[in-house]
Amino acid sequence: MLTVETLDLFYGDAQALDGVSLTAGQGEIVAIVGANGAGKSSLIRSVHGMQTPSAGRVTFKGADITGWPSHRVCELGVGHVAEGRQIFPNLSVLENLEMGATLKRARGAMAATLRRVMALFPRLDERRRQAAGTLSGGEQQMLAIGRCLMGQPEMIMFDEPSLGLSPTMTQEVFRVIRALHEDGMTILLVEQNVMASLKLAQRGYVLENGRVVLEGTGQALLDSDRVRQAYLGL
Amino acid sequence: MLTDIVQATIMGLLTGMVYGLMALGLSVIFGVMRVVNFAHGEMMVVGMYLAWLLFERAGIDPLLAVPLVAAALFAAGYGLQRGLINPFINVAEHMQFMLLLALSIIIVNLCLLIAGPDTHGVQVDYMFDSYALGPFTFDAVRVYAALAAMAIAFLLYLFFTRTRIGKSIRAAADNHTGALVVGLDVPRLYALTFGVGAACVGAAGALMILVVQAQPFLAIDYTLLAFVIVIVGGLGSMPGALAGGLLIGVSESLAGLLIQPSLKSVFSFGLLILVLLLRPQGLFTRRG
Repeated sequence: MLTVETLDLFYGDAQALDGVSLTAGQGEIVAIVGANGAGKSSLIRSVHGMQTPSAGRVTFKGADITGWPSHRVCELGVGHVAEGRQIFPNLSVLENLEMGATLKRARGAMAATLRRVMALFPRLDERRRQAAGTLSGGEQQMLAIGRCLMGQPEMIMFDEPSLGLSPTMTQEVFRVIRALHEDGMTILLVEQNVMASLKLAQRGYVLENGRVVLEGTGQALLDSDRVRQAYLGL
Repeated sequence: MLTDIVQATIMGLLTGMVYGLMALGLSVIFGVMRVVNFAHGEMMVVGMYLAWLLFERAGIDPLLAVPLVAAALFAAGYGLQRGLINPFINVAEHMQFMLLLALSIIIVNLCLLIAGPDTHGVQVDYMFDSYALGPFTFDAVRVYAALAAMAIAFLLYLFFTRTRIGKSIRAAADNHTGALVVGLDVPRLYALTFGVGAACVGAAGALMILVVQAQPFLAIDYTLLAFVIVIVGGLGSMPGALAGGLLIGVSESLAGLLIQPSLKSVFSFGLLILVLLLRPQGLFTRRG
């Protein structure tokens, strides 16, 4: 479904991605782990057209989307739950969700999608008129996920969805991701919680200094010495 | 005396509503894009000239010309943002300032070139009509202009709270990254915003021609006036811009009555300085 081939990205002189290649098949959960600054977010932002790579290719559902503006990438079915949630704090919860469904692909079915999202996150329904900035961190993360679902994505890229959340909320986020996977959603998961994300994922990639240094099934990565030493402290 | 003061206050409120609409345009553009439109008064004057031209050449009443002028200014604003201003969105403020200042100089001199330095006004047949209410009289033109300005402001409110594009513009103003994340076409929304802001000030210009005669060098006064109003009311706040417009309208009117008409700007700028000293976030905004 998603193919990234030898992607290079620079911020000025600093290289953020160096020949990164990866794939995600239909319905797969693929985890990307690595330290801060390893290039995980840069990778997601490049796929989503928020950064323009200097070399390499991104294809989604067979279309070459390299360098496309982000709204066109979304229109093709790529969803993004961004780092820091990036909700609209001064808009109401309901308006936030509507903003997720401004894509042409999602407008028609907005009412039905909204019912589905509210059923998935009853808390959001209770607070639909409230300004989104007044929600708790966990609720804001639910809103970010719900808003993404409103766009009827075929693949969702999660960027640090559990960052700054309580252990209970973190479990809840992972439960939602697992449920989406069971519904057949393709998922790209960037997480600092290496153990939980590799357990959940079918395959994973380890990024270091903008390069893929290790790839394999989730279990194989969990068993590898490199991951155990560097990320799990075992 | 009291009657005179009340009368002047009401006149000030009526003019202030048109000022409010003018300032609303500036506030919308700044609130969404963080671009300060230094050519705002120039756009106002373009609106005045367009309304005058439509009246002189086609006999269209300025009140009916408002939608046409607003549409023309919307198109111009949209095009300007797409072609000229967009590359300057993320540059340093002084560079934006130079660009918009250059634009304002070009607009003023184009007006001068085309219409000349003389004043141009419209003579509508209800020009000297007035309504009497007890001891007070209201100029019909001012009443119509004020009502139209309020109606347009209300339409703008509906646009921003009820329509998909209006809400998208608010979303892009609220969180730029968030807007990209959900797939909003932010450059297009910015162009629409500049168009809407220009349409507001163009409509205000078309209404103002009922009360004030058009002249190219009014532009700089209106630019400053719009800044004063927006800063007094609170930058980026729509209700603040309207309330600021009313306040400045009344202060001008009362200064004209109680002191001297030519000193009216002293009071507007005095108010500006007071607000900047005592409440720099503006009188009508909650957040600092």
